[in-house]
Parts: sequence; C-alpha cells; structure tokens
Amino acid sequence: MSDHFLKTVFGRLTLESLPIHEPILVGTFIMVALGGGAVLGALTYFRLWGYLWKEWFTSVDHKKIGIMYVVFGIIMLLRGFADALMMRAQQAVAFGDNHGFLPAHHYDQVFTAHGTIMIFFVAIPLVVGLINFVMPLQIGARDVAFPFLNNLSFWLTVSGALLVMVSLFVGEFARTGWLGYAPLSELQYSPDTGVDYYIWALEIAGVGTTLSAVNMVATIFKMRAPGMTMMKMPVFCWTALCSNVLAIAIFPILTVALTLLMLDRYIGTNFFTNELGGSPMLYWNLVWIWGHPEVYVLILPAFGIFSEVTSTFTGKRLFGYSSMVYATIVITILSWLVWLHHFFTMGSGASVNSFFGIATMVISIPTGAKIFNWLFTMYRGQIRFELPMMWVVAFMLTFTVGGMTGVLLAIPPADFVLHNSLFLVAHFHNVIIGGVVFGLFAGISYWFPKAFGFKMDPFWGKVGFWGWVIGYWVAWTPMYVTGLMGITRRVHHFDDPSLQPYFVVAAIGALIIAVGIGGTIMSIVVGIMKRDQLRDTTGDPWGGRTLEWATSSPPPAYNFAFTPVIHDLDAWHDMKSRGYQRPLEGYRPIHMPHNTGTGVILSALAFTLGFGMIWYMWWLAAISFVGILVVAIGHTFNYNRDYYIPAEDVARTESERTSMLAAGA
Amino acid sequence: MTSDTLRPADETSPTFHLVEDEHGHGNGMGSTLLGFWIYLMSDALIFAALFATYGVVGTGYAGGPTPREIFELPLVAVNTAMLLLSSITFGFAMLEMEQNRVRGTQIWLVITALFGIAFVGIELHEFSGLIAEGATPQRSSFLSAFFTLVGTHGIHVTFGLIWLFTMLVQIGQRGLAIEIKRRMMCLSMFWHFLDIIWIGVFTFVYLAGVIR
Repeated sequence: MSDHFLKTVFGRLTLESLPIHEPILVGTFIMVALGGGAVLGALTYFRLWGYLWKEWFTSVDHKKIGIMYVVFGIIMLLRGFADALMMRAQQAVAFGDNHGFLPAHHYDQVFTAHGTIMIFFVAIPLVVGLINFVMPLQIGARDVAFPFLNNLSFWLTVSGALLVMVSLFVGEFARTGWLGYAPLSELQYSPDTGVDYYIWALEIAGVGTTLSAVNMVATIFKMRAPGMTMMKMPVFCWTALCSNVLAIAIFPILTVALTLLMLDRYIGTNFFTNELGGSPMLYWNLVWIWGHPEVYVLILPAFGIFSEVTSTFTGKRLFGYSSMVYATIVITILSWLVWLHHFFTMGSGASVNSFFGIATMVISIPTGAKIFNWLFTMYRGQIRFELPMMWVVAFMLTFTVGGMTGVLLAIPPADFVLHNSLFLVAHFHNVIIGGVVFGLFAGISYWFPKAFGFKMDPFWGKVGFWGWVIGYWVAWTPMYVTGLMGITRRVHHFDDPSLQPYFVVAAIGALIIAVGIGGTIMSIVVGIMKRDQLRDTTGDPWGGRTLEWATSSPPPAYNFAFTPVIHDLDAWHDMKSRGYQRPLEGYRPIHMPHNTGTGVILSALAFTLGFGMIWYMWWLAAISFVGILVVAIGHTFNYNRDYYIPAEDVARTESERTSMLAAGA
Repeated sequence: MTSDTLRPADETSPTFHLVEDEHGHGNGMGSTLLGFWIYLMSDALIFAALFATYGVVGTGYAGGPTPREIFELPLVAVNTAMLLLSSITFGFAMLEMEQNRVRGTQIWLVITALFGIAFVGIELHEFSGLIAEGATPQRSSFLSAFFTLVGTHGIHVTFGLIWLFTMLVQIGQRGLAIEIKRRMMCLSMFWHFLDIIWIGVFTFVYLAGVIR
C-alpha cells in the first residue's frame, strides 16, 4: 500500500497516534476495555439491547430523556473526577527532585479535559436532565414542545462527549486549558489533534444544548396547564426558563468563537493569530461572552431546586416568590454585562475595568436577596432535615463564602494580584461545587423517588453528603491560602518544599470527596436493593407542593390522565388543602409522539463527521455530512409521528394507581 | 379551553382538571412557530458575533487589499436585488398558499428558487474573482472576516434552497396539508430573516467599506 493511499484513507492517523508508550494511558485503556467489555457482554447476555433501544435510546419521553441525561452526567462525573484525583496526586508529590508521575505534556491534557468535561458533560447534562424530567411535570404538560428534538439534543451531547473520550486513546486532547485560549490554541502552537478534538466535541455538544434550550423555552411558553399564569409557575420553572433563555443567547457566540478558531486552524484565516491583523483578545472576549453567562445557566436552575426543596421541607410557601422571580431575571440580564472581569489584565483601561467590576459586584445584590428569601422561608418553619434539605443548608454556608470571594475578585486592583492564581480556582470551585453540584445532588435526591418510585438510601446518602461537604472544605481551603500567597494555577511541579503540606491536605480533601461520590452512588445502589422498604406508593413522598407530586411515582407515560387546572401558586398544595378528589372515570385516549431512532443516527453521523475532520479523513467527513443531510431531510418525509394511548389503557394504569393508593393508606 | 373551565364551580370545590383535553401535544402550529422564531434569534446572534468580529478585525488590512480596492458595488447591487426580489416572490407564494392554490404556490416557489440560485451564483463569482486577484481569506484579518461573514450568509441561503426544494417535493406529494403549511411558514421566516441579514451586510460591509 502506498503512502499516499494510507494518507487518503487515514488522514494523519497513524500507529504513532496511539499512546502505546504511555503506561498510565495503556493501563486506563485496559481497564476501560475490560469494564466496557463486561458491561456490553452483560447487556448481550441478558438480552437487554432490544429493550434499551426501544424503551430508552429512541424514546422521546421527556422523563426517560431526563433520566438518560442524569445517568450520562454521573458517568462523566467519574471521568472528570478521575482527572481531578490525578491533578491532586501530581501536585501533592511533585516537589524538588520529584517530578511526579505525570509528564507535563500529559498533565496539561488532564487539567484541560477536567474542566471541559465537568462543565460541558457533567454540569450541563445534569442540569438539562433535571429540567427535562421535572419542568413538564411541574407545568402540567404531557411532554416537551418538540419531543424528537429533545432526543436529538441528548444524543448530540453524548456524541460530543464520545469524542473527548476517544481522544484519551486515539491521539491526544488539548493542552490549552478548558477554554482553549488563542493564540496557544492556534495551529502554530498546538499542531496536534488535541485542540481539534476540543473544538469538534464542543461544537457538536453545543448544537445539542442550543436545540434543547429552544425546546424548553417553547415548552414553558406554550404548554403550561390552563390557569398557570407566569406568576403561578413554580420557581424551578422560572429558573429553567431564565437559564434556557440565557443558553440560547450565549451558545451561538461560543459556536462562532470555535468556528473562527477552526477556520484559523483548517484553512489558515487570521482571526486570532498574532499576524496579519488577527486579534487573540477577540477570542477571549467572544469565549467569555459565552463563558460568564454559562455559569448562570448552571446556577439558576440550582437556585430553583433550592427554592423547591426549602419550601417543601419547611412546609411553607416560599418567602418572597415574586422577589425570587425578579431576582432571577435581574441575574439573567446582569450576567451578560460582566464578561470582561475574566481578563481585567487585558489592559482595557480604568473606566472599562470599573464598569465591569461594578457590574459584577451588583450581581451579588439579587443573589443575596435569594439567600435571605430562603432563610426567611426556613424561619419559623417546620424544618425536616432530610437529605435534600441538608444539601440546601450546606449550600447556603458554602456558596456564600464563594460569593464573597467573587466580590473580592471583582475589584480590578485585587484581581491584578489574584488573577490566574489558585485563589481564583478555589473561588470558582467554591461556587460551582457549593452551588451547582450541591444543588444538583439536592435535586437528584429530591426527585429520585418521583422518577423511580422509591427513595435513595438515606444512610449512604448522608455518607455521600458529608463526604462532599467536608471533602470540599479540606480540598479547597489550602487552595485559597496558597492562592493568596501567589501560587498560580495549572502548575506541574513546585520548587519550594514549604508548600507541600498544603497540597497534601488538598489531596486528602479530594479523597474525602471520593468517599462522597462513592456514598452517593451507594445510596442509589442500596436504594435499589432495599426498594421495597423505600417504596413511595403515594406519589407524594415528601409532602410536596408542586404539580409533579400530584401524579404517581414513577409517572405514567402520559404524566396526567387529565390535564390539571391551576388556581394558585403551589398548585398541588392548593389541591390537597381544598379536598381534591382524583377523578376515577371518564378517561379519554391520549395523543402521544412515537419513538424514533433518527436522533441516534444523526448523532452517530455527527460523531463520524467530527472524527473525520479531526484526523483529516476528508472522505469520512464528506460522507458523514451528506449522510446527516439525507437522514435529516428523510426524517421530514415521515408523517407517522404520533399515536393515541387508548382510553382502556389509561383506565387500567389509573386503576392500578387507585389500588396502590388504597394499599398505602 | 374556554374561560368557563377556569372558573371554579363554587368556592369550596373548584375544578382541578380538564375533561376535554386538547392541550399538551406539542403539535400545534403555535409552539413550532414560536420555537422556530427563537431558533432564528439564536441564528441572529451568530450573525451578530460575526458582525462584531468584522467590526474588530475588519480594518486589519495587513498591507493587503482594502475594501475600496476590491468591492464591485454594481455587482453587489445586482446581487442585493436578486435576494430582495426573492423575498417578494416568496411573499407571493405564501399569499397563494393562504388561498390553498397548490399550483400558484409551486410556481412562485420555483421563481424564488431561481432568484436564490442567482444570488448564490453571483456571490460565488465574486468570491472566485477575489481569490484569483490574490484577495484570499488567508491574506488579512479583514479578508478572513469578510469571507466568513458573507460566506456564512451564503451557506444559509444554500440551505434555504435545499429546504425550498424539499418543500416543492412535499407539496407535490401531499398538497397543502397542515404540516406542509407549518413548514412553509418556518421557511418563509427563514428566508425573510436572511434578507434582513443581507441588508446589514450590504450596508455595513459593502457601502461602509467603500466610503471608508
């Protein structure tokens, strides 16, 4: 075979692209291959492929898609956390003569992959998953506005994540940090495939996120049950709305930033290069115009979860509902006006820096209002410290510190000293772990019984809780301290041995967080084993106040046999307190969308398109692109998209629920 | 849903559910049009970012050609006319569709497609001329931003054409069924949206470029 032929078929993919000389990667590969082989073998042995394909992969049911998002997010959390452990271990030992176990070249990929995975493939899927599962139930809808699009969005996110995972074993990942700053990410300085993996993974997943956001906004505007005015909507739906509006407003900017970088790398344009008029700082601006609001895309739904949980577990209506809504909207708008605080050192001058510094500080006002609203909701409430409520309290204590260090960093002169330091890294982990992650765990433990019909095991749940909370503080307090001392981020090796104790403590903290992750997973596993004791027969295990608790756990495919009519905020609490009787007859056939495999096929083609482009296999990219067009157009020729659940089936499901309720009572 | 169903029967036992259910399928025209409108807004932001990029690096000529030297306004004016006319003819197609006249809709769609093809053709001609003169996207950040902004618009028009031909086939198969009309409404919004973007391109890139 001629060299030319090989180049045409495989592009720049050669045997040397496989990291057979890196023992850590080979070991990881063997473990992944063994583990993956075992899972695939088990699925085949128990003949689960057909079930998974028909009931899950091709499902357009918002509840199943939501659950798939969350499962996917938790799997990716394990990958992202493995990277975190490697960094903590490296920095704990790499002092003086000891250069640690990771070569710099590999360490740089690890911290880049950690950030990219944790934001794009952990936090976003978990947030989108919870919104997907909960929001339609809370507004009394039977599905989202565009069920097929929902399935497609999920699989596009997965195909982006697959590209990141493939980069572990075929070629390498970016070494640029999680935002791929130019000009380092330009071809001249990063000639290998790393940045291309990064670009394509985020472009594909970003399309998924944008489509999902369009879907959620249309659902909230168009599919609320009769009587549910905007100001009678649960706070979680409000935060979901604001978060998704924000996502629609920012993801196009990320798409443009990455596309221009791609053009620079593939055809040699000069957007972000140092020569011929290019401007690297333009990339920083564009990417942070996306990046700063992005953290609010994540934190706003977490705020919504805290609101729901606080009000349920104190048995009171949320204090200051409308101020909560307006605070959410104000944060949404302000989050657009602060991006430049990520690079005060760019040199844009005192007046520009002052504007962005003050705008940043102003965000703490609506956020503070929210904290006080939660506190006042708890005040004189009958607080039940079940697992979700414990997360809320841990959040308030942890997040407030992160918020205050954020205000500190918003002062430009202070930022000149602290930017790029471990203090900054500690700050954003403080708000993301203390805010987003704690919120997601509160939400997962709160809605788990709704999704599966039984609670997570409370003992292991508490192990998980304490592991996370204690582990967080042990891991990140030393980072704040060393950051104030001037240690910068992304350092592979230290000369000064006096710093070592801090990093050893931080590594111990990471191990305690590992206990937290293990405990959380155990609480699900043990919950499944003890599901008969933990069963929820009522559909309302916590004494909830919003509509999702009005239906059974897990909810039937159609969610509600009759579309609910809403008269008040906290609709389910209103129904319970006014003697609501579940209707037992008069069922009608229910109109539902069909499952479809098109989303999986399109996403698989998007994956091969990305892979072909990354490795310069132009034929593969071209075939995939044409394939995407053909499949997408072909899908529009399928008019058989929905069906009716017969009234008898609805009656049967509902009478099962009636007997379950009677048995429970 | 009428207002009667919303009003409680009496103060103590209000109605908590709808019996005749026509809510919650997501197949209504309304949510698709709203969803598509929101998508268009996200697309508008893509162009906003490209315009901003052009604003920032569009004066980086790097000793290479400047707008005044390379823009042929008469050609671009003809091209603009093609796109504006295609918007008018698309409007006529929609008017025919409202009257449920299949033949008339198809004819106006074909005319729209011809204008659209002419637009893309003239743009490709302009691009190939520029590249032949050495004004390539690699030459300077001005040309990078110019080709990307104008080219992104051109790619949108090309996809609009593919969509338009798909609609012609579907109208041929199924006439003006409700889902066909819904898709036509979306395509119509898309087409007029591209027209508005082009007006921005023509003004800020071409006209302002020649004045500068």
